[in-house]
Amino acid sequence: MMGAYLDFIRIRFITMLAYRVNYYSGIVIYAINIGAYYFLWKAIFGEQQELAGFTVAQMTTYVAVSWMARAFYFNNLDREIANDIRDGSVATQMTRPYSYLLVKMMQGFGEGLFRLLLFMIPGMIIVCLIFPVTLPTDPMTWMIYLVMLLFSFLINSQINILTGLFAFFVENNEGMMRMKRVMVDLFSGVVVPIAFFPGWLAVVMKWLPFQAITYLPSSVFTGRTPGSEIAGVFGLQVVWFVVLLVPIWFTWRAARKRLFVQGG
Amino acid sequence: MLYAQLFWEYIKNYAKTRLTYRMDFWIEILSDMMFQFMNLIFILIVFRHTPSLGGWSEAEVVFVYGFFMIPYGIFSTFFSIWNFSERYIVKGEMDRILTRPAHNLFQVLLENVDPPSLIGSVVGAIIMFVCWGELGLPFHIMDIVLLAVFVIGAVLVYAGIYTALSAISFYSDAPTGIVPLIYNIQNYGRYPVNIYNKMIRFVLTWLLPFAFVGVIPASYFLEKKADDLSQLALLTPVVGLVFFTLGLLLWNHGVKRYRGAGS
Repeated sequence: MMGAYLDFIRIRFITMLAYRVNYYSGIVIYAINIGAYYFLWKAIFGEQQELAGFTVAQMTTYVAVSWMARAFYFNNLDREIANDIRDGSVATQMTRPYSYLLVKMMQGFGEGLFRLLLFMIPGMIIVCLIFPVTLPTDPMTWMIYLVMLLFSFLINSQINILTGLFAFFVENNEGMMRMKRVMVDLFSGVVVPIAFFPGWLAVVMKWLPFQAITYLPSSVFTGRTPGSEIAGVFGLQVVWFVVLLVPIWFTWRAARKRLFVQGG
Repeated sequence: MLYAQLFWEYIKNYAKTRLTYRMDFWIEILSDMMFQFMNLIFILIVFRHTPSLGGWSEAEVVFVYGFFMIPYGIFSTFFSIWNFSERYIVKGEMDRILTRPAHNLFQVLLENVDPPSLIGSVVGAIIMFVCWGELGLPFHIMDIVLLAVFVIGAVLVYAGIYTALSAISFYSDAPTGIVPLIYNIQNYGRYPVNIYNKMIRFVLTWLLPFAFVGVIPASYFLEKKADDLSQLALLTPVVGLVFFTLGLLLWNHGVKRYRGAGS
């Protein structure tokens, strides 16, 4: 059975490979993105050496790493699920002897692997050549970061799955998917690290899962999280992964009872 | 005349479709507001840590943002063709469009018209108005005329770029992932472009002229800065016309090349 799920990863990876040319332009655009934020932050720092505990050098690395991590964990599972629901193919898939949601997760992972190898890594190399990014030298930090990155992917995909499943209840969840995308980008810390948020907002963020997607792993990678706190930060990611399973389970259960297919 | 009539029919059709998905209609408006609010949050957060951004004050940057929202709302209403490639090329709906006498781009645009986005324009105008007072800027009757001209120019810039991007799908077989990526770049035209290095500034001014939908025309109304952007402001309608013409030419050429999905 596990073999079948692994095949879903493999097939998605190969499918993505067929469209790889699109991703080369993506790397350039991500580099421009990182460049724009690099200059934006440099202007924000101005004469100041340190802001919200970040030095300019740390900020540059943070921006680069966060955007490139986004290149890895980003996927359109929400849209795929919503489309399956709208055109009714979800009904066929439910009759098959595998878990629909787990298959989606696997396909997302196949896409993630593709993005890691053909987007994130080459992109990171290019960005490091252009901008003054300082990567950690301790192999341990890299190991921890990779594991945390995996959880970034899991948590982001869970949020996507949850958003996609809402198509069961609102028929057309285009607006919701857009809303989710902006929320994830801002609250996960890609655009502004959580440390910059004003007090009350930072407190709210601590109780939401978004920071586990970008802010926590990027903070560990840039060395802003002291060694003694790393275990706790990683634990928080694991907790969110487990906690998010609950609403997904309930939504999925409620959704299956509600399914009605529109045309098709 | 035919086009005006078609326009009206499509709008009626739109209203009927939307009334089927009433809940989604409100969520979309809410998500639009959220989206704009998020970008504002970014500006507000940033200015808690610095008094100025490349010589621009908070109220000025927010003013630019308010201006930007006006053309952006109009553009989103009439040009929401984000999934053109997917819907019209991959699924072959373009064939249906081409069998009809009205101009194909006009039909595609009308099928995707999205009036709720106009609310963003209203909010933008309010933001701009408030900042106008806060900055104590002088007000002339001419400003309203210029504002209208700039807004039209900015909408044309957007329209040109996105028409060209959508037209790419006529040339390449694979669904292109480029539109969502360009989508990110458009944000940077809202910030004072003098903070960027020469290359990004050049791209934002002349290649993907997103600076012409935000900071350049808006700077016309603001106090003059060291490297004066407002000199370029009057070029906004020209850049708009040039880019829209280029977009349209690329589109028309693409349609000629189009061979159908064969499904």
